[in-house]
Amino acid sequence: MKTKNLLEVKNLKQYFPIKTGLFKTKPLKAVDDVSFTVGHGETLGLVGESGCGKTTVGRSLLHLYEPTGGEILFNGCKVTKKTIGSLRREMQMVFQDPYSSLNPRMTVEDIIGEPFDVHKLYSGRKERREKILSLMELVGLNAEHATRYAHEFSGGQRQRIGIARALAVNPKFIVCDEPVSALDVSIQAQIINMFEDLQAKLGVAYLFIAHDLLVVHHISNRIAVMYLGKIVEISDSDALKTNPMHPYTQSLLSAIPIPDPKTARSRRRIVPEGDVPSPLNVPEGCAFQTRCRRVSQKCTQSCPPLCDKGNGHLVACWHA
Amino acid sequence: MNNNNGFPKKHPLSVQLDLTKFEPLTEDEKRQQDIMSTPTTFFKDGMRKLFKNPLAVISIIILLLIAVTIIVAPVIVPYKYSEIISVNGVRDKTAKNLAPFTYSEKEQAYREAGGKVFPHIFGTDAMSRDYFIRVVYGTRVSLLVGLVASALVLVIGLIYGSIAGYVGGKTDLIMMRIVDIIYSLPDMLIIILLSVVLDQVLGGLSIGILSKLGTNLISIFIVFGLLYWVGEARLVRGQILTIKKNEYVLAARAIGAKPGRIIRKHILPNCISVIIISTALQIPSAIFTESFLSFVGLGVQAPMPSLGSLANAAREGLQSFPFKLVFPALIICLIVLSFNLLGDGLRDAFDPKLRK
Ligand SMILES: Nc1ncnc2c1ncn2[C@@H]1O[C@H](COP(=O)(O)OP(=O)(O)OP(=O)(O)O)[C@@H](O)[C@H]1O
Ligand SMILES: [Mg+2]
Repeated sequence: MKTKNLLEVKNLKQYFPIKTGLFKTKPLKAVDDVSFTVGHGETLGLVGESGCGKTTVGRSLLHLYEPTGGEILFNGCKVTKKTIGSLRREMQMVFQDPYSSLNPRMTVEDIIGEPFDVHKLYSGRKERREKILSLMELVGLNAEHATRYAHEFSGGQRQRIGIARALAVNPKFIVCDEPVSALDVSIQAQIINMFEDLQAKLGVAYLFIAHDLLVVHHISNRIAVMYLGKIVEISDSDALKTNPMHPYTQSLLSAIPIPDPKTARSRRRIVPEGDVPSPLNVPEGCAFQTRCRRVSQKCTQSCPPLCDKGNGHLVACWHA
Repeated sequence: MNNNNGFPKKHPLSVQLDLTKFEPLTEDEKRQQDIMSTPTTFFKDGMRKLFKNPLAVISIIILLLIAVTIIVAPVIVPYKYSEIISVNGVRDKTAKNLAPFTYSEKEQAYREAGGKVFPHIFGTDAMSRDYFIRVVYGTRVSLLVGLVASALVLVIGLIYGSIAGYVGGKTDLIMMRIVDIIYSLPDMLIIILLSVVLDQVLGGLSIGILSKLGTNLISIFIVFGLLYWVGEARLVRGQILTIKKNEYVLAARAIGAKPGRIIRKHILPNCISVIIISTALQIPSAIFTESFLSFVGLGVQAPMPSLGSLANAAREGLQSFPFKLVFPALIICLIVLSFNLLGDGLRDAFDPKLRK
């Protein structure tokens, strides 16, 4: 069975109860009413500043958190507590921190081999070893390093180990949670290129999370921009770059350094005013109103829905 | 990329991401990468560090010496801890309170007649018993109490703490409040009360090993197990809570590993060193408590000595025979100090947070 979209997320909500008093709790709306789709073999970029809920979206997709509300359809199959067991072989995740995402007490071989062990994907020790070595080769790791411990590797190599682990079950979809933001720039390029190569080879789809619009633009087909737990704009990645409609996206784009000083001088930098409000106190109406320069009466009253402005360019702004 | 999928081809946007700008590694540099240090396991690495720590090594040697002595001595020394010294088959009541390496008149006479008498290394006590063998048995009892009580504390604390930490939520809340209540009890008072009560309860039963060890010893185990596991449970829970936050635990869940596997493969190996260290530090505290209880007369039963009861007995003749207090006290100090130093050494060697 092949549906049009590999992954379909409808009104996903993820609230965390936060203690505010002895018996009082308040929901922290880390992800609030988020909907998007990911096609087969496609890369959807997800950008937004720190704390806007990107990681939470990725983790809820994989049911690492029980979603508070909404629906996730993977290949037409609803992702629930019951179905997630079999879907673990279809959806995987590459984690944000290459240091805490590998168990320091396990060898590289055992880390990459764990999915094989859990799903019993081999018949003998020899086959297990062969599978592990071929995965290591795929991600560009030296076969001699199989018996070493993760702490002996650099950040880039560790991220490769994490990628090999995610690929072990041959998934159709991988959530890449800021896989390069902990690495330095030269290594970032290598890892990003590797993600692209792997996609070309294996046809896997990505949800590629980053806070750096440049990185996301390079690798993604489409980009979703998040602000305070909501998606404010989704569009084709080139259209987003040339014609950003949401004021928040515009300010993100204007913050990207431009190599050419002439164009850089002529460009107007749009800096959003003030700070991000606490996710515990999201203002009523549009979440961005406190920092938006086009704020009007309407923005403070009701929250703008995501509207199609043509060519699948969705924006949640009353003024777009 | 993605041309085969019909997605628009993108021109490389940024110089940052252009691989052609990077030179491939030369053969030389590649070789350098291969010559990384030989893989060491965490355990080997820690052991190497431990054996580099002179204090830890000295305490290991002291503990080994004590262990060998208490195992071997009863075989070599021909006296029993509960028996009055007899010379040539006749009880020698004159051999009271002898100083180390001296003989009573009867023994002296026997030696002159050509008989052999094993020297009293630590002298004798007020009831004409060989003091060395009593101290040896006392050390046995104290160490046994220390080890068994700590093992008990470890098992209860580990299970309780793991459940509270891993399950979390309301279960955790309730379980930890129980711990807080037990923690807030005045422990010495409870120990004294409990050992009096338990002594009565257990006194009725006299089943095999129970009667042999003496009810007091058993009640010390129970008291200790009942009171001191709370510290261990807190420690284990805290460890599990911090380790649970690591992304490798999430990764294991994303792979589809079951909770049992996650605890076994990911959580316990990462906190086992802390647990071992705290157990090593628990042993001296158990020995100390036992000594204290025996000192106030609530410890081990009469003929059976413990280091604490020996010290208590030595108080009576303190002015004339100070050596009788010195020996058990010295051994308590040695054991407690060694375990503490060993525990510290283990922590320095195995706790990654203190690594340089
Ligand atoms: N398990 C949790 N319990 C309570 N609050 C949480 C939890 N996980 C995340 N949050 C909160 O949800 C919000 C979103 O967090 P999230 O980690 O998804 O942000 P992010 O976009 O990934 O940020 P970054 O770029 O720093 O990784 C934050 O305010 C965070 O404090
Ligand atoms: Mg994140």
